[in-house]
Amino acid sequence: MPKLLRADQMKKCIGCYSCMLACARTLHNDFSPRKAAIQIRSVGGLQSRLVVDICRGCAEPPCAQACNCDALTPRRGGGVRFYKDRCIGCGNCAGACAVGAIRFDEDIKQPIVCIQCGTCVKYCPHEVLSMIDV
Amino acid sequence: MTRTSSIRILDINLTNKKFQIQEREDLAPFLGGTGLATKLFADHVAYDKPPLALEQPIIIACGPLSAIFPMATKAVAVFRSPLTGEWGETHAGMRVALAMRFAGFRAIIIHGQAEHPVYLTIGANRVDFKDATPLWGLPTNETGRILRQFSPGQGFRSCLRIGPAGEKQVAFANVNVDTYRHFGRLGLGAVFGSKRLKAVVIYGDKSEPIPDPKQYRKVYDAIYNLAVNTDIMEKYHGLGTSGNIAPLSALGALPTENLQKNSFERSQAISGEAFARDSLVRKVACTGCPVGCIHIGIRRKLFAEGHEYESTYLAYDFELIYAVGTLLGMATQEQIYDLIEYVEQSSMDVMSTGVLLAWLTEAYQKGIVTKEELGVEPAFNNAENYIEIMENIVSQPNELYRLLARGTNQAAHELGGQEYALTLGNHEMAGYHTGYGNLVGLALGPRHSHLDNAGYSFDQKALRSNLSREQVVREIITEEKWRNVLNSLCVCLFAREVYTKENICAALACVNIYMDGEELDKLGEEVFRLKNQIRLQLGYNPDNLTFADRFFKTPALGQELNRETLADIIGMYRNLAGI
Repeated sequence: MPKLLRADQMKKCIGCYSCMLACARTLHNDFSPRKAAIQIRSVGGLQSRLVVDICRGCAEPPCAQACNCDALTPRRGGGVRFYKDRCIGCGNCAGACAVGAIRFDEDIKQPIVCIQCGTCVKYCPHEVLSMIDV
Repeated sequence: MTRTSSIRILDINLTNKKFQIQEREDLAPFLGGTGLATKLFADHVAYDKPPLALEQPIIIACGPLSAIFPMATKAVAVFRSPLTGEWGETHAGMRVALAMRFAGFRAIIIHGQAEHPVYLTIGANRVDFKDATPLWGLPTNETGRILRQFSPGQGFRSCLRIGPAGEKQVAFANVNVDTYRHFGRLGLGAVFGSKRLKAVVIYGDKSEPIPDPKQYRKVYDAIYNLAVNTDIMEKYHGLGTSGNIAPLSALGALPTENLQKNSFERSQAISGEAFARDSLVRKVACTGCPVGCIHIGIRRKLFAEGHEYESTYLAYDFELIYAVGTLLGMATQEQIYDLIEYVEQSSMDVMSTGVLLAWLTEAYQKGIVTKEELGVEPAFNNAENYIEIMENIVSQPNELYRLLARGTNQAAHELGGQEYALTLGNHEMAGYHTGYGNLVGLALGPRHSHLDNAGYSFDQKALRSNLSREQVVREIITEEKWRNVLNSLCVCLFAREVYTKENICAALACVNIYMDGEELDKLGEEVFRLKNQIRLQLGYNPDNLTFADRFFKTPALGQELNRETLADIIGMYRNLAGI
């Protein structure tokens, strides 16, 4: 059964970035959490709350609709599949995501896309993140 | 065999607003953190100039494991201390190490003096000198808010800034790091102030490819599992360090009311358990640490009739509850929060402030200082009056307050009352009165901090395991040398049981640094030697150490201390350490 990433418990987030580091090292072979498809940040400094920018797993993803080279295709259950080899680096997908969950990696001229793999969830020490059945 | 790559350093001159980047292969054996900063400081310090001279450097360094391994979260700052005139070293967590790593700098050197107030923004490809005139005079929270609004790199930046105490060069002013952490001790904030440097914003958004992803994931997982799936770190995450208040009070080792007492009869109201029950709202972590030891509490305050409340979120810890709690006889959490809030906003080191206020209270009781000079009466368990005094320490309206702004040691030296001034090596003491190990560790450690060598913990171990005095001294020195290794790596000292030699070597190999355990020990020895050499040149002289009578009058952990035994133990330390 397909699963989708959820961050329903952001009130429990301690801001450790373990999820981002996990995504960056596992999917992008990079140390830098900038390379992660999940992005934790504070709104107004650490005295305020922490928020997350993640792929919401749209059933009809606008990012895939904006992709003219079939690098992004709708995934069963929601979200997208990403075919790196087909991507020409136009960046249309990043612009199409209404919640800013896709960032464009200028180093390799490709988008950083969540593939709903759940790696970040395994490294969350506070049960903030989960994969839900859809 | 050591095979290390070169170290990238950013060198900034505030006087002419120029900077340069150096690649230094020769510094690679020092790794980073305290080792690297010590070496760079030795190269740049002006031994013949006072601590606040424009020539004096500030060195900030992160380490080779920073941000990429769990709990490798610290950065180290080294400078000449305006509080002691000697070795200045202080460590901070939160996001500074991550920002430095991904900006591409292992160390940042800042020297010179700006003509007008400035703040720096430092990124991978640029350094900007920005006008801080409108920020001068602002407290740390508002400064942080404005810097966040106008600086790039949200989520990947660190914001170091001073408040009014740093600007006014209070000798124990600190530097606030990302709201809840600090370069706390020995007066780095005053050095910032003397350079007219209000803040440094570092943003790190560079990528860094992993040399061997498979091996890295394996080592990362092993360390992550130790942190998260064993009970090694639980004491820091659960109740946190404030859990020490009740046991230390019960053991008679908790400095209370200027160490007139060694336990606090009202500790139940301000223990870690009480804070957790009454006001803990959440925990946060330094970036890259899955533990999350930073305990945030809420201070809810009625400001007008009609149920008008304001609320503030403040971090508490053992040292804060000691310094502006038990040492000042504070019986409520609310009072402690109010004092914490003031030191946070003004950017003063909480421990030095607490010790100074405690000394001042007793000096007032004994008639050394008068209400006429102070304008207000210092009294234990009276936070309101202490806040008024702190405001005056920052604004320095008269000669007395100008003296108090130079710290406890200077004040007691000039006014008297040295017999109850709780300084060791001229630095205000931490919250342990455990015995000789603590006194020796604080007086002889390079930064006179409980974190130099954890002397206090060996006093407790000596009781449990019946260690001889010589064994205690040996353990202190061994610990101090090993901490130089941990602090060169910039791993959090709370994680010292996770970072065994084996784990360190495996982690270093993931960034192509190949060292064995013996080489790590050698690095610890070398940094220990180098620090001692530098601080002797800065004027530290162990022959001149003095110890307040109070340390001998108030029993420590059930034991009365005496000067003769202490002198013997100091002799042992000096003999073994070669100073």
